Amino acid sequence: MSETVNQNETPLLEVRHLRKLFPSKAGFLKEKTFIKAVDDVSFSIMPKVTLGVVGESGCGKSTMGRSVLRLIEPTSGEILYKGQDFMKADGAELRKIRSEMQIIFQDPYASLNPRMTVGEIIAEPLNIQKKFKTKEETRERVLKTMEVVGLNPKYYNRYPHEFSGGQRQRIGIARAIALEPSLIVCDEPVSALDVSIQSQVLNLLKDLQESMGMAYIFISHNLSVIKHISDRVMVMYLGHVVEMADKNDLFSNPSHPYTQALMSAIPLPERHSSRKKIILQGELPSPANPPSGCIFHTRCFMAQDICSKEEPEFRDLGNGHMCACHFCEKCQNQ
Amino acid sequence: MSTKIFRFFTKQKQFEQDMLENGMQYSSFYGDSLKRLKKNKMAMFCAVILIAIILMAIFAPLLAPYDPTYQDYSAVLSEPSMAHPFGTDEYGRDILSRIIYGSRVSISIGIVAQVVASLVGVTLGAIAGYYGGKIDSVISRIMEIFQAFPDLIFAMAIMTFMGKGMLNLFIALGLLTWVRTARMIRGSVMQLKEKEYIEASRANGATTFWIITKGIIPNCLSTIIVLVTLGIPNAIMYEASLSFLGIGIQPPTPSWGNMISAAQTFISYRPLYSIMPGIAIMITVIAFNIFGDGLRDALDPKLKN
Repeated sequence: MSETVNQNETPLLEVRHLRKLFPSKAGFLKEKTFIKAVDDVSFSIMPKVTLGVVGESGCGKSTMGRSVLRLIEPTSGEILYKGQDFMKADGAELRKIRSEMQIIFQDPYASLNPRMTVGEIIAEPLNIQKKFKTKEETRERVLKTMEVVGLNPKYYNRYPHEFSGGQRQRIGIARAIALEPSLIVCDEPVSALDVSIQSQVLNLLKDLQESMGMAYIFISHNLSVIKHISDRVMVMYLGHVVEMADKNDLFSNPSHPYTQALMSAIPLPERHSSRKKIILQGELPSPANPPSGCIFHTRCFMAQDICSKEEPEFRDLGNGHMCACHFCEKCQNQ
Repeated sequence: MSTKIFRFFTKQKQFEQDMLENGMQYSSFYGDSLKRLKKNKMAMFCAVILIAIILMAIFAPLLAPYDPTYQDYSAVLSEPSMAHPFGTDEYGRDILSRIIYGSRVSISIGIVAQVVASLVGVTLGAIAGYYGGKIDSVISRIMEIFQAFPDLIFAMAIMTFMGKGMLNLFIALGLLTWVRTARMIRGSVMQLKEKEYIEASRANGATTFWIITKGIIPNCLSTIIVLVTLGIPNAIMYEASLSFLGIGIQPPTPSWGNMISAAQTFISYRPLYSIMPGIAIMITVIAFNIFGDGLRDALDPKLKN
């Protein structure tokens, strides 16, 4: 599945120059400023493939995920779903595309309506989309979905507050797969769970992908999780994509200084391991006023004069390994 | 509201059927709240008192020993006796009968004023909270204007402007209390619409109507119930105050407020005449407040276990 560069296939989803600016509250007599949450993000995703998105808090991964679904209306850019323009879709067309894209949320406590039973929660997408004509058919599908995600159908009439985090996340997953979508945005689906439950949920997501053939956009700040589940990985920093490559390529050969710094932060199981840790200096700059040139130059250990002046090109280093740095090659050899 | 209650009962029936036929487990949200409410002895005691007062209002003609407007000039301002347990007033009317009939005014005003206030308050509050922006600004400014007036003076102004009478009193008290409801609902809707389960509905292509009726209102319902129960004693107090000042319910219709007003002249001579309607107001208001507090605790899921 990791051979993503198959030119003959049309991508499931194509995102071009996606941009989301949030207007920040302008004070009296103060110029109106914008927070650049997502700035010029482009990628495409093939069917049945998992695209991992990684980056530190506040780098715009969640905003990107939600913009792709138009839960947050993007400021500009193009989103093509199976070649169809998703940005311009509305009414019945929009509703139809929405039935094929779903989202799984981070917080299993906030993502389930406390006044609905498990059955009603999972049936909600089916009811909104008017998938089945009769109540019995809907009910049957819900019970089947519950079994698929490993929930006992006995719980059909119970309310979510009686379940543990892991079970609640299963309810959230059941809601997302009830319509049998072809793309699911997973917004940090395991980061709120216990480590022991995390692997269960991750394996469930993997199994579901195999049996149902969905593509995932998997957002996480945890590199080990990303490594476990992704086929292709995208590294974000301050609203920009700094590096994108197939998983093995990225983990064996990180080419952007930021990715290298992230990699060096993965804890190793061996004691006294000799790997050098790269500790970044300074704070994440404000996305309202990003640095000139390369956005990373303020914290980069390799920064030179050119970095603050010229924005690096997001170029292909071969094999679909994309990187936005002036010194990718030098970086790789380090 | 009635369809909601209906749905709740049909849902419960479906649950029980599932349990018997398919061996499913079920839990019921409002059933749990009721269990918690039953554990609160003080609230249950107040609920009994409230039911008694409401029954008293409904069956007033059967309970009252006399017609509340019947004037017996042979027994003016009489002392408490077997014939008149609380004595009679300056026209020889039985005070006990007038207090029993007075509960009709208080209860109906309390409930109708709250229903009016809730309908207006919930609608405007939900619109302001859900849509935000300019709509919210306009509604919020209107609410601020309403709040800028001292309550009682505002009610007096409306009553003098529109004239005395029961209907106008409903409107005046409704106008007085809707702001509080609207503010609370606006706040909780603003909070609820950011919840992820609302986002999940939107991601599925749900309409605004679907989101408001399935996602937001059911989650506001307990707030609304509590606001109504705690708002009723407020309305009863305002009615009493306005009637005391002579611009509420007009005699000869008995209301607890206008009885106290009439009795103040005789307070040193026949203290029971003013004390009894006062006690009636006090019991009703305290019972509603304690029951409302109990209800809020029972419905608040954060206090759960």
